Amino acid sequence: MLQYLKLKSVEELFSDIPASVRTDGLRLPDGLTELELRRELEAMMAVNRTVSQQPTFLGAGVYHHFIPAAVKTIVMRSEFITSYTPYQPEISQGMLQALFEYQSFMTELTGMDAVNCSMYDASTALGEAVLMSYRLSGGKKFLISRAISPEKKLVAQTYARGADIQLTEVGYDPMTGSVDLEDLESKMDPDVSGFYFESPNFFGLIEPGAAEIRNILGAKTMVVGVNPMVLALVKPPADYGADIVVGDAQVFGSSMSLGGPMIGLFGCKMEHVRKMPGRLIGLTVDSDNRRSYCMTLQTREQNIRRGKATSNICSNEALLAVASAAYLSLVGKSGLKDIAAKNIEHAYLLASRIGSLKGFKAPHFKGTHFNEFVVTSEIDPNRIHEELLSNGIHGGFPLGKDFPELKNSVLYATTEMHTKGDHDRLVNALEAVR
Amino acid sequence: MNYHQAVYDVPSVFESCDRPKKPKAFDNTVGGLIPENLVRHGLDIPDLPERDVVKHFVNLSQMNFGVDNGLYPLGSCTMKYNPKVCDEIVSWKTVSDLHPLQDPSTIQGALRLMHELEQMLCEIGGVDSVTLQPAAGAHGEYTGIQLVRAYHEANGESRKEIVLPDTSHGTNPASAAMVGYDVLELPSKEGCVDVEAVKSAVSKDTAAFMLTNPNTLGLFEKDVCEIAGIIHDAGALLYYDGANLNAIMGKTSPGKMDFDIVHFNLHKTFATPHGGGGPGAGPVGVKKRLEEFLPVPRIVLKDGKYQLDNDRPKSIGKVRAFFGNYAVLVRAYAYIRLHGGNGLVSVSENAVLNSNYLKTLLKDTFELPYGDLRKHEFVMSGRPLKAKGLKTMDFAKRLLDYGFHAPTVYFPLVVDEAIMIEPTETESKETLDLFADACKKIVAEDPEVLRTAPHNTARSRLNEAKAARDMIFSWRGYEKKMQADAEKARPC
Ligand SMILES: Cc1ncc(COP(=O)(O)O)c(C=O)c1O
Repeated sequence: MLQYLKLKSVEELFSDIPASVRTDGLRLPDGLTELELRRELEAMMAVNRTVSQQPTFLGAGVYHHFIPAAVKTIVMRSEFITSYTPYQPEISQGMLQALFEYQSFMTELTGMDAVNCSMYDASTALGEAVLMSYRLSGGKKFLISRAISPEKKLVAQTYARGADIQLTEVGYDPMTGSVDLEDLESKMDPDVSGFYFESPNFFGLIEPGAAEIRNILGAKTMVVGVNPMVLALVKPPADYGADIVVGDAQVFGSSMSLGGPMIGLFGCKMEHVRKMPGRLIGLTVDSDNRRSYCMTLQTREQNIRRGKATSNICSNEALLAVASAAYLSLVGKSGLKDIAAKNIEHAYLLASRIGSLKGFKAPHFKGTHFNEFVVTSEIDPNRIHEELLSNGIHGGFPLGKDFPELKNSVLYATTEMHTKGDHDRLVNALEAVR
Repeated sequence: MNYHQAVYDVPSVFESCDRPKKPKAFDNTVGGLIPENLVRHGLDIPDLPERDVVKHFVNLSQMNFGVDNGLYPLGSCTMKYNPKVCDEIVSWKTVSDLHPLQDPSTIQGALRLMHELEQMLCEIGGVDSVTLQPAAGAHGEYTGIQLVRAYHEANGESRKEIVLPDTSHGTNPASAAMVGYDVLELPSKEGCVDVEAVKSAVSKDTAAFMLTNPNTLGLFEKDVCEIAGIIHDAGALLYYDGANLNAIMGKTSPGKMDFDIVHFNLHKTFATPHGGGGPGAGPVGVKKRLEEFLPVPRIVLKDGKYQLDNDRPKSIGKVRAFFGNYAVLVRAYAYIRLHGGNGLVSVSENAVLNSNYLKTLLKDTFELPYGDLRKHEFVMSGRPLKAKGLKTMDFAKRLLDYGFHAPTVYFPLVVDEAIMIEPTETESKETLDLFADACKKIVAEDPEVLRTAPHNTARSRLNEAKAARDMIFSWRGYEKKMQADAEKARPC
């Protein structure tokens, strides 16, 4: 090729870079063979303690669920994994239909009219929802429940600050952990564009006051955060009038991978769809009138609208959307309900076992919880954490740092992945902490 | 012309035959644990045998085209072949079965990998510190512009404007706007930033200048030093969109060019398969004076242990929960270690060589504006097609019939009927020759064949206007529409 280009060396192709900014190679280690790489990384990763090596009771937005083998078979298909955004729909129907089916599953679960084919994760989906709420109703204030994950709160603050939107917290009822309706009502003013709460919330609790919240909000934007797995058994947010639904679909067929990639779920009512961020797949026909799929309403997006777009998002988490669609197709409604039911049952069982230990109260809040619940004890949570770790168990998430009012409380999660043996080990180890 | 994509009519999973595995009634209250007023009734998801589901998705995959199928010269997206070992590593339990809130003592390997990746990116980018938190390139831009804002605010300044060239990617102005900035777009001159325009545009209100170098035309912005001087003299910052880093590794670096903030597109340069749209990762590197503003937590090495530092009062906070797209970070780390320093330099050399070779093969077939030398990609104009009543889009669709993915088209906007080609370093000379031959053949074909292309793909040309009109985004939406249409059609 050099010959064809009449060049003596490839260096000539870099002659347009001014000498003053040239660098001379990279000071990085030499390359490795595939075998050497594997050996080195195996050793490096071996010092991690996986959730199967140590029963782990963490949730807080990322969950360890069973993944059927066929999910991997499907997402690892070369044609899916090595493709990109389906800019040429005629040659990308497979990915487009798979994404449309993801949208369809999420529409079914949430009851919303339009679900995009992914945001980065639940936290950024929330950030975008705060901005969309402003686009919908124009107020420069946004209310946000206190009972949400500190990680999400920090991300929401970043997104709000960018748009000069002021976030105000709405408290929770100290007995039930649900939204404090009086507090919400007292914070409503004409400048408020909307309100975000979760069901289940950070403490694992299903929100019982959603209908009242809708009433208090009137025409303002109701943004609901969900764990979509719960929706197999619990009323979908559309039933109580949500305008926007956000969440994370990692629970459907994607591993935790230290929290990334995740897959931000984002859905809204049809009347809001033109103000929505992210890519949407729509149904149409080809010139032979065959059912076909393509990206649509792209005039909302940065590639067309640039600085006036509804969001800057370009690359998203499409492959995880395929994983979700594959997972839900494989487990079906029967399987999904069974799994969700098992999660609830496990959590209630574990909560009552921990609650019956001397010095422990579980669940801390009176209310319906999903697969997470708060445990309070007289013993310093840090001591419990260290003792459990030394017993090869990873306890829950201590709440004291982010919720000073819950300084002796810990958030425990359990899923269908825990066996009775795992629960026994935890309960026995807790009992032994003194 | 030997490509024929599989053609199926794959029904939606929702219209597949529902075979409930559990005929008996399911107790939706789960033994009374869920109160009746919260219980859901009705869930319209089919129950299917695994066998049928796998067939469904495998058939769908056969109606999709990826890098593993063939050349995917989608300009600006760096669709290179990715070593399979990287995919395998992220499926190890020691990578995938970790929870982000685990005690740092139990994830030392993961923290070490991220810490080392940060350092390697510092070397490649010529920067002092890197955060791995952003989930994609655009998210990196967003993070970077948040850093810009934090920096100026810490200096007691509230600058209002981000300046960028009209060749910039759409995410650049969109990211700036999301951080509350006005965007000033400068017209380019001869495909590059017009230094005089920068001089007259920059003011006390300029917060930052965003630039991709080489730019989206594949041209190296040769006045970058002068531009940097103007921007810095005005007290503004210089932002580098790293989407095109694949062209310059080891030859120059954003840091060396005096950029203050840089994002890396790990999925482009460092090989994560693009997954039909994602996931990617968009780490951000900065010079020393911006380090204190980086998102929390920072991974620090103290007494031989990796720890998380959240005590950073000037930090912008968080842009995403947890650490970022960890599995993508692992792939990038593996890719960099596989290649080593010299290997990465070769990557850039071959990417640029392939691009210039292909450009030379094709420049007389189309129009090549703005001089000759290109970096990793080149943009031609499809204007010559107009004489036959054709458009760039017709040519792009016809390429699909030859088993090549189409280039990026109609971007950047400064080139009429733009065709943006990025072959990447992983394609052989033989492939590039075949591609060039196909292009030449296509422009000589009967215009009608192009206008009605593609012919060998799973679907013929789509009616995209109908999709926007009908707004059917789900199976449920489809059924609603069918019902409404049936009612309309019913005689009264
Ligand atoms: C020049 C340029 N900048 C920014 C981006 C955005 O990157 P991402 O898609 O990872 O968000 C892209 C890619 O699409 C690009 O080509």
